[in-house]
Amino acid sequence: MTDLAVNLPGLELKNPIMPASGCFGFGREFSEFYDLSKLGAIVIKAATKNQRYGNETPRVAETPSGMLNAIGLQNPGVKGIIEEKLPFLSSFHTPIMANVAGSSVEEYEEVASLLSQSSHIQALELNISCPNVKEGGIQFGTDPNLAAHVTERVKKVSDKPVYVKLSPNVTDVVGMAKAVESAGADGLSMINTLTGMRFNLMSRKPILANETGGLSGPAIKPIALRMIYQVKQEVNLPIIGMGGIRSTDDVVEFLLAGASAVAVGTANFQDPFICSNLIDELPDMLRKYGFQSVQDCTGKGAFV
Amino acid sequence: MKMEWMTVIENEPISLDTFKMVLSGDLVHLMTQPGQFLHVRVGDGATNTLRRPISIADLDYQAQQVTIIYKTIGEGTHWLSMRKPDERIHVLGPRGNGFTTEHVCNQDVLLIGGGVGVPPLYYLAKKLTQQNNRVTIILGFQTKAAMFYVKEFQGLGETIVMTEDGSAGQHGRVTDVLPKYQMKTDLYFTCGPTGMLQAVTQQMAKTPGYISLEERMGCGIGACFACVCQTTDQEDGKGYRKICMDGPVFAAEEVIL
Repeated sequence: MTDLAVNLPGLELKNPIMPASGCFGFGREFSEFYDLSKLGAIVIKAATKNQRYGNETPRVAETPSGMLNAIGLQNPGVKGIIEEKLPFLSSFHTPIMANVAGSSVEEYEEVASLLSQSSHIQALELNISCPNVKEGGIQFGTDPNLAAHVTERVKKVSDKPVYVKLSPNVTDVVGMAKAVESAGADGLSMINTLTGMRFNLMSRKPILANETGGLSGPAIKPIALRMIYQVKQEVNLPIIGMGGIRSTDDVVEFLLAGASAVAVGTANFQDPFICSNLIDELPDMLRKYGFQSVQDCTGKGAFV
Repeated sequence: MKMEWMTVIENEPISLDTFKMVLSGDLVHLMTQPGQFLHVRVGDGATNTLRRPISIADLDYQAQQVTIIYKTIGEGTHWLSMRKPDERIHVLGPRGNGFTTEHVCNQDVLLIGGGVGVPPLYYLAKKLTQQNNRVTIILGFQTKAAMFYVKEFQGLGETIVMTEDGSAGQHGRVTDVLPKYQMKTDLYFTCGPTGMLQAVTQQMAKTPGYISLEERMGCGIGACFACVCQTTDQEDGKGYRKICMDGPVFAAEEVIL
């Protein structure tokens, strides 16, 4: 019997598979495809203090083995999420991690504080890496001092464990990870999207109304693996790995690199059943590569 | 059942960069409303990460077949155009809310389609004529070579063709002939480029109507918020609609184009 369970701060996962924030809405749409209780956890779409409409359309563009998105953190606001979205999700037997976004330290604090008080939420994911909002967000994810500062402040107001979602749009991801570790982060989510662009040849304009967007999908998988691997060597925090996962081979590869659990993002768009299927197939795949459990596999890709 | 490997029965060019594909499968029985779309997987599943939303052009329940008409624009639709009969393609659908026709009977209905917005109007026209409506169809194309399905529409009602370069039908845009039909129209349905929809809804402001929107989509099931549009109602609590889930068809006055 292959053991899929993983215990992370605040998150008792029955398996290591969860949908990534922003790719699963607030769960309702996917619940028409399968029982969400099956998931290791659910990471919900980012919350900001006030309701946000987000960017103009087009908001997505396909790229080779990937896609660009510039949704712009559209969400009903933290209170709307707590009142309208969480009660539905709490009917499933799986932990919920809430993604916290903001454009100032105060906004991060306020959103985190409200979400951490909700009994439906088991952990927070601090989104300091969204590339698609004009103000805030990404600068917290590219400056280690700011990242540490916002992590520290959010930790102070949150009763729930805080996972910091790191941006790959930095020269030194290990430095970022160390900064948030020393600020008290309980875990890391990595990686968020890379900034990219595409142009429409007929109109001679960027395809995305926001001009730039976040690149996700299999195209970024090697970057995610490299960053997780490097961070795992230097930082003593559990890592939720993500970046182009679409098969159980990918899951095993992320575990080998050092992830304790994984999140599936873009692949949900092509196949709404992907998370459910990966969970079904994972035991055989772990056995195939000689592992008795998920925990057994984490970090086994290191030479040392 | 939400998705299926459907079998390609036919896949032929019918005009400039435009293909007609007939698919067979069990999903057909779930396709009840004109204006709904199929979310079609393209490529080997790795290179192309996003499905392509393509509207339903016709249905044949007895043969268990659905017809889609698509334009080859990029590599995804080019891949689709290379599929041969008996090959299978992966379809998620039907998705979205289409044209509501249940209570439309014995009325003068105007259908206005532009370019690749024409296909969903075909099954709609069939349904409307079955329900004893008098249907007038205005079709706009860029040029003669891009025209398709004109004969098919002519079999269902008076059909006016407009081309932007005057190479067939009347020279001009669909909106040029609207004044002639506006007064004797009880209800209109339209699908086409956003600029056309803006012009049509403005001219037809006094007539009840429904518009079908097109947008680049992500998941196609309402989860990713890629294809949203704003509502006209300031008091609308949500302030937006998801085109893939709440639409693609909306009442003309419901959304901002």
